[in-house]
Amino acid sequence: MTLVKTKIGRRAFIRNTGLASGGLVIGFNWLASCKMTPEQVSSLPKEWFELNGFLKVGDNGMVTIMSPNPEIGQNIKTAMPMIVAEELDVAWKDVIVEQAPLNTDIFTRQIAGGSQSIRQGWESLRMAGATAKQMLKEAAAQSWGVSADEITTKEGILSHEGTGNAAGYGEMASAAASIEVPEEVQLKETSDFSIIGTDTKNVDGKKIVTGQPLYGLDVYKEGMLTAMIVHPPAFGMTYKGMNADAVKSMPGIKDVFHFEVYPEGIEKQWSDQGGIPELVAIVGDSTWECMQAKKALEVEWEQSSKAESTSYHDEELLALLEKPTETPARKDGDVDAAFKNAAKIVESTYSAPYLAHNTMEPMNFFAHVTPEKAELLGPIQTPEFAEKTVAARLGMPVEKIDIMMTRMGGGFGRRLYGPFVIEAAVISQKMNAPIKLVYSREDDMTQGTYRPSYKVKYKAGLDADGNLIAWHVRGAGTNDSLVFEDRFPAGAVDNYLAEKHTLATNVTTGAWRAPRSNFIAGAEQAFMDEVAEASGKDPIEFRLELFDRAMNNPVGDPKKNDYDPERYAGVLKLVKEKSDWANSNGKARGVSAYYCHNSYVAQVLDLEDGGGDMPRVDKVHCAVDCGIVINPLGAKNQIEGGIIDGVGHSTFSAMSFKDGKPEQSNFDRYRLIRHSEAPKNIEVHFVDNGIDPTGLGEPSLPPIIAALSNALYKATGRRYYNQPFINERPPLVG
Amino acid sequence: MANFNLNINGEVKQVDVDPSTPILWVLRDHLQLVGTKYGCGIAQCGACTVHLDGTATRSCMLTVSMVGNSEITTIEGLSEEGDHPVQKAWLEVDVPQCGYCQAGQIMTAAALLDKNPNPTDEEIEMAMNGNICRCGTYTRIKKAVKLAANS
Repeated sequence: MTLVKTKIGRRAFIRNTGLASGGLVIGFNWLASCKMTPEQVSSLPKEWFELNGFLKVGDNGMVTIMSPNPEIGQNIKTAMPMIVAEELDVAWKDVIVEQAPLNTDIFTRQIAGGSQSIRQGWESLRMAGATAKQMLKEAAAQSWGVSADEITTKEGILSHEGTGNAAGYGEMASAAASIEVPEEVQLKETSDFSIIGTDTKNVDGKKIVTGQPLYGLDVYKEGMLTAMIVHPPAFGMTYKGMNADAVKSMPGIKDVFHFEVYPEGIEKQWSDQGGIPELVAIVGDSTWECMQAKKALEVEWEQSSKAESTSYHDEELLALLEKPTETPARKDGDVDAAFKNAAKIVESTYSAPYLAHNTMEPMNFFAHVTPEKAELLGPIQTPEFAEKTVAARLGMPVEKIDIMMTRMGGGFGRRLYGPFVIEAAVISQKMNAPIKLVYSREDDMTQGTYRPSYKVKYKAGLDADGNLIAWHVRGAGTNDSLVFEDRFPAGAVDNYLAEKHTLATNVTTGAWRAPRSNFIAGAEQAFMDEVAEASGKDPIEFRLELFDRAMNNPVGDPKKNDYDPERYAGVLKLVKEKSDWANSNGKARGVSAYYCHNSYVAQVLDLEDGGGDMPRVDKVHCAVDCGIVINPLGAKNQIEGGIIDGVGHSTFSAMSFKDGKPEQSNFDRYRLIRHSEAPKNIEVHFVDNGIDPTGLGEPSLPPIIAALSNALYKATGRRYYNQPFINERPPLVG
Repeated sequence: MANFNLNINGEVKQVDVDPSTPILWVLRDHLQLVGTKYGCGIAQCGACTVHLDGTATRSCMLTVSMVGNSEITTIEGLSEEGDHPVQKAWLEVDVPQCGYCQAGQIMTAAALLDKNPNPTDEEIEMAMNGNICRCGTYTRIKKAVKLAANS
């Protein structure tokens, strides 16, 4: 075993002496309002002892572990505490998990985004458990007059073999709380893990299936008012006026006012992206009354910048695909010369529309702003940034802003952007009352912050033996540049050129589950399939040859390549074996592999027989390399969800605009995948390699789109280039 | 505004609301029964599903004046201890991701099994098609419905 310095995140291991008087404790306790199960209540300890910011041990051996990061459905509220519990060596049944509030003095990176919570939390979570265990050992050593090194732990029991002494953590918790935090700790060998790697159920499962209040929209406080907003109906519009007085007298309505969310000169964070500078607020006693007032309210807006339509975006993006960039993002060899010498050339263009996030829980936030402090509670993936803008906007010091996170009814990147937190705070300040801001589904879907619209053009050259000798990619996106120039097949092709264009638009965009990868993976891996076919090689063998090249004789500086070809090939080989690739049983099947967010995924997708132009997915075989799997049960859920999400959006979903106005505003016109359209079976296989863990919230989504379109080609004989695939009609014959 | 006596989860609750108020908002805003979720407001997503005399019904478009003496059951009233076979199956299969739509999914599934104790895969899909899960837990939901059917 190696000793590991506790330097990383050391602040977190210092006991938070301010616990009782401020910091962690907020004026109201949301967590306590969630009913505990009878078993939990009967087993609660009389006294808790905090050993560090992540955990406290009760006098009866129960342990409370704080889950630092926001929970949006990625199940880190179970997985992160599992890591702490593992190193603490406590039985999982004795653990109570609580959502930590925003506290940057203790926790680092309290963000849900980029599939990074587990990867970036791994070390500090382990050390939180290990340092606390060491303090318990020291306390026992002092009590028994033995050396701490001779004390062993197992499932919350400290033992000393020589003297026969044994004690539960609860008995030593009080003494451990006054032990100095160790400078160095021993971490477990991965082979000694007993919690990590076991199927562990969602810690909020019982509360979810019994409908307990967990989400931001469920927040209720005495005297609370409801607030709704009215935003411009089209992008590029600004406020002109309204008939507020006619609406103020409606039943239950307290006030209707225009307000600036972001006045000139206000310091914004990146998380304020997409925020509409000025809005109208309706405040009333209940949601339904506000909704009625919203219908009656007539707000005048005027177009102050271009009213863009989808046809405009499409034309501009297509024009960019014909235009070379002044400085390529990456250039190896000489693609033009290679294309001249190529025996075969393959060329294709792919596209995808804007997408809305459509979290099932629309945007909302609770705020209670008084001159003394601002209490904020709700669903936000980036509380640290929201806190700064709220402070700037209210003109209050950051110390007076308390943000707590609720469980979130979905994130998918939408809640990285928190203008609604600022809006709630401003409305509460103006009303001098606690308010809950509620977006209607229509507000939520038409507000912006969309996945950008993308187009990409590929061109590949093969020599007479079917070897890939040239690869050219030129991509364009709205407010986004799309191409990852150092990802595969960069480094595996002698002549390689990557170019990226951005089309600036006033339709606001943001990160959407697996940003950019959610489109470029599907395009790249579909094109790879076309190129493999042109080469006359099996699509898996064709890819494996390229990975061999990247491993053994990489083009350019291999450090620049944003992937590990060995791990990439590993998942492809695993899925080949598990899907029995050579034997498709007559099913139309497609393969795809992608690396993003530090994890590797390869998939083989089988379609059902029949089904015309859009057959249903029968089965997906999925191989994943995310290093150590913390909770296989939850990890598989993420993989399954990403696959269904990818199949669903690429097949059915689109957001379009007419003169700046979103043409879809609810689920009647915005189509999401439903039960009878979901893949029937999904099998997930993990690579067992003991490497430090990486994230799973995003990586299974991007490649499945190509596994689907490649299988559709096998089923129909036609390539599906444009998403949503449901709109790809066969060409008219005759 | 008008007074309504509603039969909810076996108890009579009196509310004073506008007759056009959907049951969804009566439950959430006036009775603090927030297990029934708002998702779309136009009966397209199923997050607001309750039982109206045992039938799965979208509460977002069911106005308070339409209910009369009918019995409303919400997720909070589906079972005393959260141990309805469907709830137990949901936990066993570990269905939820974000969890927001799951109360509606469970209410639809419970109503289905009440009428059809042994549904086929196709019958499950047809009955559940009005309930969107944005996280994509559809395969687990189907597994849980089948598990509940067999218990």
